[in-house]
Amino acid sequence: MNVRLYIWQRATAAVMVPLVIIHLALIVHASRHGMTAADILARTRGSVMWASLYGAFVIAVAIHAAIGVRNVVSEWSPLTARRAMIVGNAFGVALLALGLRAVAAVVLP
Amino acid sequence: MSTELTVSLWRGAEQGRYEAYQVPQRENQTVLDVVTFVQRHLDPTLSYRFACRVGVCGSCAMTVNGRPRWTCRTHVASVARGGRLEIGPLENLPVVKDLATDMRPFFEKWQKAKGAFAPSKTRHDAVETIRPDSEARIAADAAIECINCGICHAACDTVRWNPDYLGPAALNRAWSLVNDVRDAGNPERLQAVAASGGCHACHSHQSCQQHCPQGLNPTAAIAGLKRRTAAAYLKGEIAP
Repeated sequence: MNVRLYIWQRATAAVMVPLVIIHLALIVHASRHGMTAADILARTRGSVMWASLYGAFVIAVAIHAAIGVRNVVSEWSPLTARRAMIVGNAFGVALLALGLRAVAAVVLP
Repeated sequence: MSTELTVSLWRGAEQGRYEAYQVPQRENQTVLDVVTFVQRHLDPTLSYRFACRVGVCGSCAMTVNGRPRWTCRTHVASVARGGRLEIGPLENLPVVKDLATDMRPFFEKWQKAKGAFAPSKTRHDAVETIRPDSEARIAADAAIECINCGICHAACDTVRWNPDYLGPAALNRAWSLVNDVRDAGNPERLQAVAASGGCHACHSHQSCQQHCPQGLNPTAAIAGLKRRTAAAYLKGEIAP
Protein backbone atom coordinates (compact mmCIF):
# COMPACT_ATOMS: atom_id res chain seq x y z
CA MET A 1 0.00 0.00 0.00
CA ASN A 2 1.32 3.42 -0.88
CA VAL A 3 0.58 6.77 0.75
CA ARG A 4 -2.32 7.59 -1.63
CA LEU A 5 -4.19 4.35 -0.86
CA TYR A 6 -3.39 4.79 2.84
CA ILE A 7 -5.03 8.22 2.91
CA TRP A 8 -8.09 7.00 0.98
CA GLN A 9 -8.52 4.07 3.36
CA ARG A 10 -8.15 6.22 6.49
CA ALA A 11 -10.38 8.97 5.10
CA THR A 12 -13.16 6.53 4.20
CA ALA A 13 -12.82 4.96 7.66
CA ALA A 14 -13.25 8.42 9.19
CA VAL A 15 -16.42 8.92 7.12
CA MET A 16 -17.78 5.52 8.17
CA VAL A 17 -17.32 5.99 11.93
CA PRO A 18 -20.20 8.47 12.45
CA LEU A 19 -22.33 6.75 9.80
CA VAL A 20 -21.99 3.36 11.53
CA ILE A 21 -23.01 4.96 14.83
CA ILE A 22 -26.06 6.59 13.18
CA HIS A 23 -26.95 3.29 11.48
CA LEU A 24 -26.75 1.34 14.75
CA ALA A 25 -28.74 4.01 16.59
CA LEU A 26 -31.42 3.78 13.89
CA ILE A 27 -31.67 0.01 14.24
CA VAL A 28 -32.08 0.31 18.00
CA HIS A 29 -34.62 3.13 17.61
CA ALA A 30 -36.66 1.25 14.99
CA SER A 31 -36.73 -1.99 16.97
CA ARG A 32 -37.53 -0.33 20.32
CA HIS A 33 -40.44 1.58 18.81
CA GLY A 34 -41.82 -1.43 16.96
CA MET A 35 -41.59 0.23 13.56
CA THR A 36 -42.78 -1.84 10.61
CA ALA A 37 -41.22 -1.91 7.17
CA ALA A 38 -44.05 0.30 5.98
CA ASP A 39 -43.30 2.84 8.73
CA ILE A 40 -39.65 2.94 7.76
CA LEU A 41 -40.31 3.22 4.03
CA ALA A 42 -42.76 6.04 4.68
CA ARG A 43 -39.88 8.02 6.21
CA THR A 44 -37.16 7.09 3.72
CA ARG A 45 -38.96 7.27 0.36
CA GLY A 46 -38.23 10.54 -1.39
CA SER A 47 -35.88 11.64 1.39
CA VAL A 48 -32.76 13.40 0.12
CA MET A 49 -31.23 13.19 3.61
CA TRP A 50 -31.47 9.38 3.90
CA ALA A 51 -30.36 8.96 0.30
CA SER A 52 -27.29 11.14 0.95
CA LEU A 53 -26.47 9.49 4.27
CA TYR A 54 -26.68 5.88 3.10
CA GLY A 55 -25.30 6.76 -0.36
CA ALA A 56 -22.18 8.20 1.27
CA PHE A 57 -22.00 5.13 3.51
CA VAL A 58 -22.07 2.75 0.54
CA ILE A 59 -19.45 4.73 -1.40
CA ALA A 60 -17.11 4.89 1.62
CA VAL A 61 -17.53 1.14 2.28
CA ALA A 62 -16.84 0.27 -1.37
CA ILE A 63 -13.61 2.30 -1.49
CA HIS A 64 -12.44 1.15 1.95
CA ALA A 65 -13.13 -2.52 1.30
CA ALA A 66 -11.60 -2.46 -2.19
CA ILE A 67 -8.27 -1.24 -0.77
CA GLY A 68 -8.41 -3.69 2.12
CA VAL A 69 -9.22 -6.71 -0.05
CA ARG A 70 -6.46 -5.69 -2.43
CA ASN A 71 -3.97 -5.75 0.45
CA VAL A 72 -5.20 -9.07 1.85
CA VAL A 73 -5.07 -10.76 -1.56
CA SER A 74 -1.66 -9.24 -2.27
CA GLU A 75 -0.17 -10.55 0.98
CA TRP A 76 -1.98 -13.87 1.34
CA SER A 77 -2.17 -15.19 -2.22
CA PRO A 78 0.37 -15.80 -4.97
CA LEU A 79 -1.38 -13.23 -7.22
CA THR A 80 0.70 -10.31 -8.49
CA ALA A 81 0.08 -6.80 -7.17
CA ARG A 82 -1.76 -5.88 -10.38
CA ARG A 83 -4.07 -8.90 -10.17
CA ALA A 84 -4.67 -8.25 -6.48
CA MET A 85 -5.72 -4.72 -7.44
CA ILE A 86 -8.15 -6.10 -10.03
CA VAL A 87 -9.69 -8.45 -7.44
CA GLY A 88 -9.97 -5.62 -4.90
CA ASN A 89 -11.52 -3.24 -7.43
CA ALA A 90 -14.00 -5.88 -8.60
CA PHE A 91 -15.04 -6.47 -4.97
CA GLY A 92 -15.46 -2.72 -4.48
CA VAL A 93 -17.57 -2.33 -7.62
CA ALA A 94 -19.77 -5.25 -6.54
CA LEU A 95 -20.29 -3.68 -3.10
CA LEU A 96 -21.06 -0.35 -4.72
CA ALA A 97 -23.65 -1.85 -7.08
CA LEU A 98 -25.34 -3.93 -4.37
CA GLY A 99 -25.26 -1.10 -1.85
CA LEU A 100 -26.63 1.59 -4.18
CA ARG A 101 -29.35 -0.82 -5.32
CA ALA A 102 -30.37 -1.32 -1.69
CA VAL A 103 -30.33 2.44 -1.05
CA ALA A 104 -32.41 3.03 -4.17
CA ALA A 105 -34.93 0.46 -2.99
CA VAL A 106 -35.64 2.38 0.21
CA VAL A 107 -35.33 6.00 -0.92
CA LEU A 108 -36.80 6.12 -4.44
CA PRO A 109 -40.45 7.14 -4.33
CA MET B 1 19.71 -28.75 36.95
CA SER B 2 20.52 -31.48 34.43
CA THR B 3 24.17 -31.67 33.44
CA GLU B 4 23.59 -31.82 29.70
CA LEU B 5 21.55 -29.90 27.19
CA THR B 6 20.03 -31.47 24.10
CA VAL B 7 20.65 -28.91 21.37
CA SER B 8 19.11 -29.18 17.89
CA LEU B 9 20.95 -27.09 15.32
CA TRP B 10 19.88 -26.36 11.76
CA ARG B 11 22.32 -27.93 9.31
CA GLY B 12 22.26 -27.13 5.61
CA ALA B 13 21.05 -24.14 3.63
CA GLU B 14 17.43 -23.50 2.56
CA GLN B 15 17.08 -27.28 2.44
CA GLY B 16 18.41 -29.01 5.51
CA ARG B 17 17.42 -30.57 8.82
CA TYR B 18 17.88 -30.18 12.57
CA GLU B 19 20.62 -32.32 14.10
CA ALA B 20 20.85 -32.99 17.84
CA TYR B 21 23.98 -32.54 19.96
CA GLN B 22 24.66 -33.09 23.66
CA VAL B 23 26.28 -30.06 25.27
CA PRO B 24 27.41 -29.73 28.92
CA GLN B 25 25.22 -27.31 30.85
CA ARG B 26 27.03 -24.59 32.81
CA GLU B 27 26.21 -21.64 35.03
CA ASN B 28 25.59 -18.33 33.19
CA GLN B 29 25.89 -20.08 29.83
CA THR B 30 24.67 -18.12 26.81
CA VAL B 31 23.12 -19.58 23.67
CA LEU B 32 26.18 -18.39 21.76
CA ASP B 33 28.37 -20.35 24.21
CA VAL B 34 26.38 -23.47 23.33
CA VAL B 35 26.80 -22.97 19.58
CA THR B 36 30.51 -22.25 20.05
CA PHE B 37 30.92 -25.43 22.11
CA VAL B 38 29.41 -27.52 19.31
CA GLN B 39 31.64 -25.90 16.69
CA ARG B 40 34.83 -26.27 18.75
CA HIS B 41 34.29 -29.69 20.31
CA LEU B 42 31.70 -31.65 18.36
CA ASP B 43 31.53 -30.52 14.73
CA PRO B 44 34.01 -27.99 13.29
CA THR B 45 32.01 -27.75 10.05
CA LEU B 46 29.19 -25.86 11.83
CA SER B 47 28.83 -22.34 10.40
CA TYR B 48 27.55 -19.40 12.41
CA ARG B 49 28.30 -15.70 12.78
CA PHE B 50 29.43 -13.64 15.76
CA ALA B 51 31.93 -10.92 16.56
CA CYS B 52 31.78 -8.90 19.79
CA ARG B 53 30.01 -11.39 22.14
CA VAL B 54 28.74 -8.50 24.28
CA GLY B 55 25.60 -7.24 22.50
CA VAL B 56 27.14 -4.44 20.49
CA CYS B 57 27.78 -5.72 16.96
CA GLY B 58 24.41 -7.36 16.26
CA SER B 59 25.88 -10.23 14.23
CA CYS B 60 24.94 -13.30 16.30
CA ALA B 61 21.14 -13.22 16.01
CA MET B 62 19.50 -16.61 15.50
CA THR B 63 16.13 -18.28 16.01
CA VAL B 64 16.10 -19.84 19.49
CA ASN B 65 13.19 -22.11 20.37
CA GLY B 66 11.11 -20.37 17.69
CA ARG B 67 11.94 -16.76 18.58
CA PRO B 68 14.58 -14.46 17.10
CA ARG B 69 17.14 -13.52 19.75
CA TRP B 70 20.65 -12.11 20.13
CA THR B 71 22.41 -15.26 21.23
CA CYS B 72 25.36 -13.61 23.02
CA ARG B 73 23.04 -11.93 25.54
CA THR B 74 20.51 -14.74 25.88
CA HIS B 75 21.11 -17.03 28.82
CA VAL B 76 20.31 -20.69 28.26
CA ALA B 77 18.56 -20.80 31.64
CA SER B 78 16.01 -18.26 30.42
CA VAL B 79 15.06 -20.04 27.18
CA ALA B 80 15.78 -23.78 27.49
CA ARG B 81 12.66 -25.91 27.87
CA GLY B 82 13.23 -29.17 29.68
CA GLY B 83 16.93 -29.02 28.92
CA ARG B 84 16.28 -28.61 25.19
CA LEU B 85 17.23 -25.89 22.75
CA GLU B 86 16.36 -25.61 19.06
CA ILE B 87 18.57 -23.10 17.26
CA GLY B 88 18.10 -22.13 13.63
CA PRO B 89 19.02 -19.27 11.30
CA LEU B 90 17.00 -16.03 11.33
CA GLU B 91 13.68 -16.16 9.47
CA ASN B 92 12.88 -13.99 6.44
CA LEU B 93 16.47 -14.03 5.14
CA PRO B 94 18.23 -16.48 2.78
CA VAL B 95 20.34 -19.08 4.58
CA VAL B 96 24.01 -19.20 3.56
CA LYS B 97 24.81 -22.29 5.61
CA ASP B 98 23.66 -23.70 8.95
CA LEU B 99 23.04 -20.75 11.30
CA ALA B 100 24.46 -18.00 9.06
CA THR B 101 22.01 -15.95 6.98
CA ASP B 102 22.69 -13.73 4.00
CA MET B 103 22.15 -10.20 5.35
CA ARG B 104 22.33 -8.51 1.93
CA PRO B 105 18.54 -8.19 1.42
CA PHE B 106 18.32 -6.62 4.88
CA PHE B 107 20.91 -3.93 4.12
CA GLU B 108 19.67 -3.41 0.56
CA LYS B 109 16.38 -2.36 2.12
CA TRP B 110 18.27 0.16 4.27
CA GLN B 111 19.60 1.60 1.02
CA LYS B 112 16.12 1.64 -0.56
CA ALA B 113 14.74 3.48 2.49
CA LYS B 114 17.50 6.11 2.04
CA GLY B 115 19.05 5.08 5.35
CA ALA B 116 22.34 6.86 4.64
CA PHE B 117 22.95 10.27 6.19
CA ALA B 118 22.80 13.05 3.58
CA PRO B 119 24.89 15.95 4.87
CA SER B 120 23.51 19.45 4.52
CA LYS B 121 26.85 21.17 5.21
CA THR B 122 30.48 20.82 4.22
CA ARG B 123 33.55 20.48 6.42
CA HIS B 124 34.12 24.19 5.94
CA ASP B 125 30.87 25.10 7.70
CA ALA B 126 30.64 25.57 11.44
CA VAL B 127 29.46 22.57 13.45
CA GLU B 128 25.72 22.83 13.98
CA THR B 129 24.55 23.08 17.58
CA ILE B 130 21.92 20.46 18.38
CA ARG B 131 19.93 20.80 21.58
CA PRO B 132 19.54 17.27 23.09
CA ASP B 133 16.17 18.27 24.56
CA SER B 134 14.70 19.48 21.26
CA GLU B 135 11.64 17.58 20.05
CA ALA B 136 13.28 16.45 16.80
CA ARG B 137 16.44 15.24 18.53
CA ILE B 138 14.48 13.28 21.13
CA ALA B 139 12.60 11.54 18.29
CA ALA B 140 15.87 10.85 16.43
CA ASP B 141 17.56 9.51 19.57
CA ALA B 142 14.66 7.18 20.32
CA ALA B 143 15.37 5.27 17.10
CA ILE B 144 19.13 5.61 16.83
CA GLU B 145 20.45 2.74 18.97
CA CYS B 146 19.71 0.06 16.36
CA ILE B 147 22.57 -2.48 16.08
CA ASN B 148 21.36 -3.95 12.75
CA CYS B 149 20.94 -7.43 14.19
CA GLY B 150 17.98 -8.24 11.92
CA ILE B 151 15.82 -9.59 14.76
CA CYS B 152 12.91 -7.23 14.01
CA HIS B 153 13.15 -8.16 10.32
CA ALA B 154 12.98 -11.86 11.23
CA ALA B 155 10.06 -11.31 13.63
CA CYS B 156 7.94 -9.26 11.20
CA ASP B 157 4.88 -10.95 9.67
CA THR B 158 4.62 -8.29 6.96
CA VAL B 159 8.22 -8.96 5.84
CA ARG B 160 7.25 -12.63 5.58
CA TRP B 161 4.15 -11.91 3.49
CA ASN B 162 5.44 -9.05 1.35
CA PRO B 163 8.96 -9.44 -0.07
CA ASP B 164 8.94 -5.79 -1.18
CA TYR B 165 8.28 -4.46 2.34
CA LEU B 166 11.26 -2.45 3.55
CA GLY B 167 10.93 -3.82 7.08
CA PRO B 168 11.07 -2.32 10.57
CA ALA B 169 14.84 -1.79 10.79
CA ALA B 170 15.14 0.18 7.53
CA LEU B 171 12.07 2.26 8.36
CA ASN B 172 13.27 2.86 11.91
CA ARG B 173 16.54 4.15 10.47
CA ALA B 174 14.66 6.39 8.02
CA TRP B 175 12.64 7.86 10.92
CA SER B 176 15.84 8.64 12.80
CA LEU B 177 17.18 10.57 9.80
CA VAL B 178 13.84 12.28 9.12
CA ASN B 179 14.21 13.83 12.58
CA ASP B 180 17.89 14.71 12.17
CA VAL B 181 17.94 18.45 11.44
CA ARG B 182 21.43 18.14 9.91
CA ASP B 183 20.19 15.80 7.17
CA ALA B 184 19.29 17.10 3.71
CA GLY B 185 17.86 13.91 2.19
CA ASN B 186 14.28 14.01 3.41
CA PRO B 187 12.44 14.73 0.14
CA GLU B 188 13.90 11.58 -1.43
CA ARG B 189 13.60 9.63 1.83
CA LEU B 190 9.91 10.45 2.35
CA GLN B 191 9.26 9.60 -1.28
CA ALA B 192 11.02 6.23 -0.85
CA VAL B 193 9.19 5.21 2.33
CA ALA B 194 5.78 6.40 1.04
CA ALA B 195 5.91 4.12 -2.01
CA SER B 196 4.41 0.63 -2.23
CA GLY B 197 6.30 -1.62 0.19
CA GLY B 198 7.11 1.33 2.45
CA CYS B 199 5.78 2.40 5.84
CA HIS B 200 2.12 2.12 4.84
CA ALA B 201 2.48 -1.64 4.38
CA CYS B 202 3.03 -2.03 8.15
CA HIS B 203 0.12 -3.67 10.01
CA SER B 204 1.34 -2.51 13.45
CA HIS B 205 1.55 -6.07 14.80
CA GLN B 206 4.41 -4.77 16.97
CA SER B 207 6.48 -7.95 16.82
CA CYS B 208 9.47 -5.71 16.07
CA GLN B 209 9.28 -3.85 19.35
CA GLN B 210 8.38 -7.04 21.21
CA HIS B 211 11.61 -8.74 20.08
CA CYS B 212 14.04 -5.81 19.72
CA PRO B 213 16.96 -6.59 22.06
CA GLN B 214 17.72 -2.87 22.34
CA GLY B 215 14.21 -2.07 23.50
CA LEU B 216 13.53 0.15 20.49
CA ASN B 217 10.03 0.67 19.11
CA PRO B 218 10.15 0.52 15.30
CA THR B 219 6.33 0.42 15.22
CA ALA B 220 6.26 3.93 16.70
CA ALA B 221 8.91 5.05 14.21
CA ILE B 222 6.82 3.66 11.33
CA ALA B 223 3.70 5.38 12.70
CA GLY B 224 5.71 8.63 12.66
CA LEU B 225 6.65 8.02 9.04
CA LYS B 226 3.00 7.35 8.16
CA ARG B 227 1.99 10.72 9.62
CA ARG B 228 4.90 12.59 8.05
CA THR B 229 4.45 11.08 4.57
CA ALA B 230 0.67 11.59 4.66
CA ALA B 231 1.19 15.27 5.46
CA ALA B 232 3.85 15.58 2.73
CA TYR B 233 1.50 13.94 0.20
CA LEU B 234 -1.42 16.22 1.07
CA LYS B 235 0.88 19.24 0.66
CA GLY B 236 1.97 17.95 -2.76
CA GLU B 237 5.59 17.48 -1.65
CA ILE B 238 5.69 13.80 -2.66
CA ALA B 239 3.88 11.69 -5.23
CA PRO B 240 2.51 8.15 -4.52
